[in-house]
Amino acid sequence: MKYQSQMVAKPYFIAAIGLFLGQILFGLIMGLQYVVGDFLFPEIPFNVARMVHTNLLIVWLLFGFMGAAYYLIPEESERELHSPKLAMVMFWIFLAAGVMTILGYLFVPYATLAEMTGNNLLATMGREFLEQPLPTKVGIVVVALAMLYNLSMTVLRGRKTAINLVMLVGLWGLAIFFLFSFYNPGNIVKDKYFWWWVVHLWVEGVWELIMGAMLAFVLIKVTGVDREVIEKWLYVIIAMALITGLIGTGHHYYWIGAPEYWQWWGSVFSALEPIPFFMMTVFAFNMVNRRRREHPNKAAVLWALGTGVMAFLGAGVWGFLHTLAPVNFYTHGSQITAAHGHMAFYGAYVMVVITMISYTMPLMRGRAANSPLAQVVEMWSFWLMTVAMVFITLFLTAAGILQIWLQRISDQPMSFMAAQDQVALFYWLREGAGVIFLIGLLLYIGSFFIKGKAATAD
Amino acid sequence: MSSAFTKSAARNIFYGGAVFFFLLLIGLTFDTMSTLPKRDNRENLSESVLRGKHIWETRNCIGCHTLMGEGAYFAPELVNVYKRRGPEFIKAWMQGQPTGAPGRRQMPNFHLNDEQLDDMVNFLKYTSEINTSNWPPNIEG
Repeated sequence: MKYQSQMVAKPYFIAAIGLFLGQILFGLIMGLQYVVGDFLFPEIPFNVARMVHTNLLIVWLLFGFMGAAYYLIPEESERELHSPKLAMVMFWIFLAAGVMTILGYLFVPYATLAEMTGNNLLATMGREFLEQPLPTKVGIVVVALAMLYNLSMTVLRGRKTAINLVMLVGLWGLAIFFLFSFYNPGNIVKDKYFWWWVVHLWVEGVWELIMGAMLAFVLIKVTGVDREVIEKWLYVIIAMALITGLIGTGHHYYWIGAPEYWQWWGSVFSALEPIPFFMMTVFAFNMVNRRRREHPNKAAVLWALGTGVMAFLGAGVWGFLHTLAPVNFYTHGSQITAAHGHMAFYGAYVMVVITMISYTMPLMRGRAANSPLAQVVEMWSFWLMTVAMVFITLFLTAAGILQIWLQRISDQPMSFMAAQDQVALFYWLREGAGVIFLIGLLLYIGSFFIKGKAATAD
Repeated sequence: MSSAFTKSAARNIFYGGAVFFFLLLIGLTFDTMSTLPKRDNRENLSESVLRGKHIWETRNCIGCHTLMGEGAYFAPELVNVYKRRGPEFIKAWMQGQPTGAPGRRQMPNFHLNDEQLDDMVNFLKYTSEINTSNWPPNIEG
């Protein structure tokens, strides 16, 4: 660690991991509700558990992105952060807002929460992933703007590299596209159309910039490969991400009332969306193979390689699987979507944040790398979580194929619930894989508490 | 990558590509907005439908159901529920929740009054008349 102010990343990362644990616990509750329908009803109905599960994911990833930005931007800019104090104030505001929101979901009926928080003045709630009460949404904007001011000032006065510029552009895009969450017209078609300007332009747009910058930063550090080479890759990857992903938004416009030409635009461009993810895989392996040094932090290298592979599988392959309009006609809104969502979020965003944490945490704790034992445990957690996620995805895919067949293709289509009963076995298997994932996560958390002499390069 | 292809060339492709395709997205969006009146059933967006959408949102229906395939996959698709079940069934269903059947998925009771139930039904009728390019594949959603 070269600059003292990079330390503000630490609380961000700790909060991220804590909320990650919460996310997984609620995921297990939901998974069980799929097969034991009345589990925890009426205390935690499924919709509440799901809100908590998805919102915790978003919030902890945002904590991860912010922490990563506060770490890498000073180092890339070769100067201290503009205001570490502001970054810490924003940390506490964001944490308080996040925790209050989750408690609100859990302990206040949603309609009451909406009424209490001004949803009648400006209705923004009750849309998937954008369930947050108005004050939370405003809070997200305030925290994002304060962060962007802080980071932009740092970059403006410091060295400008591809990595810190791409990170900054990604974060600005994140903040700007979030503003569409305040637009909620009564016309449901327009509502849905612009809802995707937050959701799609985040995860298949600007977030890929953030992801690319984080991955490139860690790869420079752990491989020692020339910056020119890595930054060229970064630009090509994110260029492909936006060239395919912006018009790729169209794959969400097939069946929501938008004109039918979107079936062509969406199919063609989103069919190309795996390319940047494939390039990311090639990039990660290529750089590690060409490494000029043996970094003692082997766990971080493993996470970086894993990000490339799993992002390609989850976002690329599983996305392609159901992105063509004639296929999507049958798969849309089925368990196939859930399968893709799980592996894509894990492979791309969860793993890249953990890559960053894995590389930076030991440095912030005063060593180049954790002890060999701590790294072994961390690598076990990598394999447990990753393999568990592969199986969660496979089981949901199996459930999805059966569901589609029974409910949408067969001569005597079954009702939704009748079809759900038929695929219950796969939901049980998915829940089992989820338990393995939790064990992996607990091991991951445990690895932070394993002491021992720091590993050295051999 | 070969050294003839420089970092600044890659950077230019990124900025140029991003701007070009974002402008294309905006162009297609303008065209979409001008086409929507023929497809989105806006002529039936009554006050009651708007109130129904507000109820839909403030009860977080999307947390279990899908609407036009978007939402959670825990409970049935509702874009065509008006055609599948009809208005009276929908109201009776909502009033009869939760079923309390052991081990079955449960829907909360939102204690809607008669006017609110009508608003919900009107909202679901309005969504069922949007031109979704024949999605879902059949009446079961």
